[in-house]
Amino acid sequence: MSAAAANAFRRLGGATLDAISRLGFAARFSLAVVTHLPAAFRRLSLTIREIYFSGVLSLVIILVSGLFVGMVLALQGYDVLSRYGANESLGILVALSLVRELGPVVAGLLFASRAGSAITAEIGLMKTTEQLSAMEMMAVDPLARVVAPRFVGGVISMPLLAALFSTLGVFGAYLVGVKLIGIDAGSFWGNMQAAVDFRYDIVNGIIKSIVFGTAVSAIAVFEGYNARPTAEGVSTATTRTVVASSLSILALDFVLTVFMFRGVH
Amino acid sequence: MNRATIDLWVGIFVTIGIAAILFLALKVGNLLTLSNEPGYRISAAFDNIGGLKVRAPVKAAGVVVGRVEQIHLDPQSYQAVVSMRIDRGYEFSRDTIASILTSGLLGEVYIGLSAGGDTQMIADGGRIAKTQSAIVLEKLIGQFLFDKAASGPSAPAVNGAAGAAAANAK
Repeated sequence: MSAAAANAFRRLGGATLDAISRLGFAARFSLAVVTHLPAAFRRLSLTIREIYFSGVLSLVIILVSGLFVGMVLALQGYDVLSRYGANESLGILVALSLVRELGPVVAGLLFASRAGSAITAEIGLMKTTEQLSAMEMMAVDPLARVVAPRFVGGVISMPLLAALFSTLGVFGAYLVGVKLIGIDAGSFWGNMQAAVDFRYDIVNGIIKSIVFGTAVSAIAVFEGYNARPTAEGVSTATTRTVVASSLSILALDFVLTVFMFRGVH
Repeated sequence: MNRATIDLWVGIFVTIGIAAILFLALKVGNLLTLSNEPGYRISAAFDNIGGLKVRAPVKAAGVVVGRVEQIHLDPQSYQAVVSMRIDRGYEFSRDTIASILTSGLLGEVYIGLSAGGDTQMIADGGRIAKTQSAIVLEKLIGQFLFDKAASGPSAPAVNGAAGAAAANAK
């Protein structure tokens, strides 16, 4: 009995110590990444390469998803709004939900699963095949050469992807609302423009997407760098990246929304 | 994939990304016409502002000329003091009447300014003296029933319950 209790305490203690050491490692790692950020701008060609991999190659999924999300929003929104005779407000509904929430959040989730997982797998495999150690042997800092460009590339790509997502969504809603259902184009755009405020809605949406981009990129490079150097370790790290980034996007979104849109005072 | 192709694609990506932000700012958010940065502040005190909210439009003859910036209750007079920012380029005479209006039955609440004939204009930080409160639908209906009941039992279209309620109120 006492042995079992001791075992349970030992497990709890071990888990706590693991969590603390992981937290400490994450903090030291983030600090190291921040101090190596200038390296990403010194060797700009590496960063541009990473923008290509995480941004340009994510374009297709972002554009297509944005278009379809906008079209579905328009169909569902029209269904509800028409019950109240407020068909003309469809533009407001679609634009506000896309610019404030869906653009940053859905683009962030897609970005985490499309680009974040790739970053983790790449860095994790580099660690497994001891490429990172080889770099250190050649006096090349892997944080500057591998991690910083991927982090900066992700942070730069994410706001652009979110803006493209929202734009395509608004365009999709225009296609369904105006071209398919037949809402007047003038009132669609006019009501939208009257209701959407640049600083309040659009800038806050862009801030959200920058925060999400930072979170996803940081988690992705950390999980990759921290992966156990085995095939299984890389696969676990990739899964953890997607799960942790998705959860942190949703949690951060709630916190940011509380501060940004907590009614008007 | 060689360097030049990657550079080209990233260039295209950044360009259309910035174009998307511009599209959101100009076409969706209408940044150009709703420049609320310049302008001046005026305030007005209302007995009842109804459902007026911060950022509601201020309209003159139906044209948006500014936005409501702040609403607070004056603890002395128990009136709602609404401060609004009027776009530069619009000036209103000192006997302008500010009223709380609603566009349609369920529409947004806004402040309507009807210009007067005074030659002196309201300066920055000035106050509109003449105001008209929001029309509260419940009060209006109550008043209507009360008037009907008061005008005697011969009045048509007033049911017994409302008449009794009005009689109790007396």
